[in-house]
Amino acid sequence: MPAIVQGARVVCSGARLNPDEDELPNNLHPGTSVNGSMSSSLVEARGLTKYFDELVAVDGIDFDVAEGEAFGFLGPNGAGKSSTMRMIGAVSPVTAGTLAVLGMDPAVDGPKIRARLGVVPQEDNLDQELSVYENLLIYGRYFGLSKNVIDERAAELLQFAQLEDRRDSPVEPLSGGMKRRLTIARGLINQPDLLLLDEPTTGLDPQARHLLWDRLYRLKQQGVTLIITTHYMDEAEQLCDRLVIMDKGNIAAEGAPRDLIERYSTREVLELRFPVGTQAVNAARLDGIAKKTEVLPDRVLLYTDDADFAHTKVLEVGLIPESTVSRRSTLEDVFLRLTGRSLVD
Amino acid sequence: MAGNPDAAGTVDLVSSTLAARAVPAPVLAGGGAVRMLERNYLVYRRIWPVIISGFFEPIFYLFSIGIGIGALVGDVTIANGELVDYTAFVAPALLAASAMNGAVFESTFNIFFKLKYGKVYDAILSTPMKTRDIAIGEIAWSLGRGLIYASAFILVMAAMGLIESPWGILALPATLLIGFAFAACGMAATTFMNSWQDFDLVNLIVLPLFLFSATFYPLSVYPDIFQTLTQLSPLYHGVQLIRSFTLGTLSIDLFGHIAFLVAMGGVGSYITSRRLEKLLLS
Repeated sequence: MPAIVQGARVVCSGARLNPDEDELPNNLHPGTSVNGSMSSSLVEARGLTKYFDELVAVDGIDFDVAEGEAFGFLGPNGAGKSSTMRMIGAVSPVTAGTLAVLGMDPAVDGPKIRARLGVVPQEDNLDQELSVYENLLIYGRYFGLSKNVIDERAAELLQFAQLEDRRDSPVEPLSGGMKRRLTIARGLINQPDLLLLDEPTTGLDPQARHLLWDRLYRLKQQGVTLIITTHYMDEAEQLCDRLVIMDKGNIAAEGAPRDLIERYSTREVLELRFPVGTQAVNAARLDGIAKKTEVLPDRVLLYTDDADFAHTKVLEVGLIPESTVSRRSTLEDVFLRLTGRSLVD
Repeated sequence: MAGNPDAAGTVDLVSSTLAARAVPAPVLAGGGAVRMLERNYLVYRRIWPVIISGFFEPIFYLFSIGIGIGALVGDVTIANGELVDYTAFVAPALLAASAMNGAVFESTFNIFFKLKYGKVYDAILSTPMKTRDIAIGEIAWSLGRGLIYASAFILVMAAMGLIESPWGILALPATLLIGFAFAACGMAATTFMNSWQDFDLVNLIVLPLFLFSATFYPLSVYPDIFQTLTQLSPLYHGVQLIRSFTLGTLSIDLFGHIAFLVAMGGVGSYITSRRLEKLLLS
C-alpha cells in the first residue's frame, strides 16, 4: 500500500495545479494555494438544475465539496442523487444554474475534468469481454497512460482491491463485491483528485460492504476527496464528513452526520411495541414523557435525550409494552423525519 | 499493443513528467479512437477464430455460384458490350457484398451489445474519451477487419485469374469505402434500436441488397423501372466500383459511385456521433 498512499497524497497536493503548467514543484503542501484566487472547493454548485424533458430531477441546489472531504448525498430513490453525480462527472449537461468541477465548467472542459475524476457508477459497467487485469489496462489507456505506468499501478490496485489471485480471471464470474472493488480500483487508475461513488455498496452482503467501507476509509485517510451517494444511513454515518439529504430534487438538510442528528432528532430513541392495533391508544397515555412521540403501525417511537429515564416513566404510567428497544438516534431518524415515511416508488 | 508507436512514446513522456506531480496525463489532443481499437484488439486476440470465419463466406459463394453456376452460364455481356467470363463477373460483386455483410454485422450486433448490455461506452465516457472517439474507433475497427477479408479474397481472385486489369489493385480501397459506408450507417441505425427483434429489420434490408444490386447479373436484364430502383441500392454502387476495377472497365460513372458511398458514410458517421451523445450523455 505505501505507493498508493504516497501517490494519493501527491494527487491531493496537485489538485490545484493546472495540468498545462509545467515545472511546478511537486512537494507543495495541500494548504499552499498555487492560485490564490481559486477557491478550495473541488465542486461548487449554485442553483444546479436538471430536467429530463418535463421531469425535474434536480431542482436548483447549492453545495460545495472541499478538498480532502468525504461528502455524501443521502436520499430516497429518485431524489436526484445520481443525476447530480452525472453532472459532476461531466457526462450529463446542466439544464440551469452553475457548476464548477475542479475549477472548470463541465460543458466546456468535460474531457479535462474527466481526466482527473475517478467514477464508480451505480451499475457495474466493467468490460465483460476482458479479464480483471485487462479492465485496468484498457481503462488506463483511455486516460492516455503508458503500459508501464498502468502495470505498476495495476499491481498496487489489485492488491488494494484484494483481487491479486483473480488477475487473469474473466470479469463475469466474479462476485458482486469483487466486481465492485474492481470498479473502484479501475476508478483509481488515473490517481484521481476526486472519486465519485454512486451507491457503492448497494446489493452487497454485509461482509462485502464492510470490506468496501474499509477500502474507502483508507482512501479518505490518504486524502482522496470522495463524493458518495447512498440511501444507507449507516454508510453515510461511517464514511461522510458532511452530507446533504436530498428529497424530490431539493436539499432538505445539510451538515455533519452528528450535527444533523442533533438538529433534527434527539440524542436517543425509545421504541415501544404494543399489541397490534393499540399503538395509538397507548401512545395517547405517554404525553409529556418525550420531546416528540411518533406513532407507527407497529410501534411507538419516543424521541428523548435519555431513553432509560423515559422507559422508567413509561412503566410508571402503568404501560407494559410487548418489547422495548432503547437506542441512540441515527441518521435514519433524521432521514425519515425529513423525507417522510411513505414509500417513494 | 496496437496503436502507433509514436503516439505511445509521446504519452510515455507526458505521463512521466506528469507522474512526478501525479496528475494523470489527459488524452486531450485526440488519439482516443486509437484507444478504442486497442480495446477491440484486447478482446479479439482471445477469440481470433471468430475473425477467420469471416474469410470463408465470400469464398464459399465464389465456389458455389461463381464456379458452379458459371459453368452453366458461360459468358455474360457487360454494359460496354464486352463478353466476360461469369466467374470474373460475379467475383467482384461477392467481394463488395462481403464487405457490406462484414461491416453491417460488426456495426449492428456487436455495437448493440456494447451499447445496451455491456455498458462499455458508458464506462469509456467517464474517461477523457469522447463520443467521436468511440464512433471513429469502432468504424475504423470494422474497416480493419474488412480489410483483412478483402485482401484474402483478392488474393484468391488473383490466383484464379479473375482480375483482368491492373486497376484491380484499387478493389482493395474500394472495399474499404463500402465498409465505411455500411459500418457508419449500420452503427447509426443501431443507435435507434431497442431490442434484438429490431435486427430482423437489418436482415430484411441486407438480403435484398445482396440479391438485387446487379450482383449476379448485369443491370441490363431488368426493365427500366427496376434499373432505376437498383441504382438506389448502395451495394449496387459498391459492386459497380469493384467490378470496374477488376474488369478494367473504367468510366466517368465511377466518380458517381464513389460520391454516393462517401456521402453515405459521412451522413452515417455524423448521425452516429450525435446519437451516441444523446443516448450516453443525457
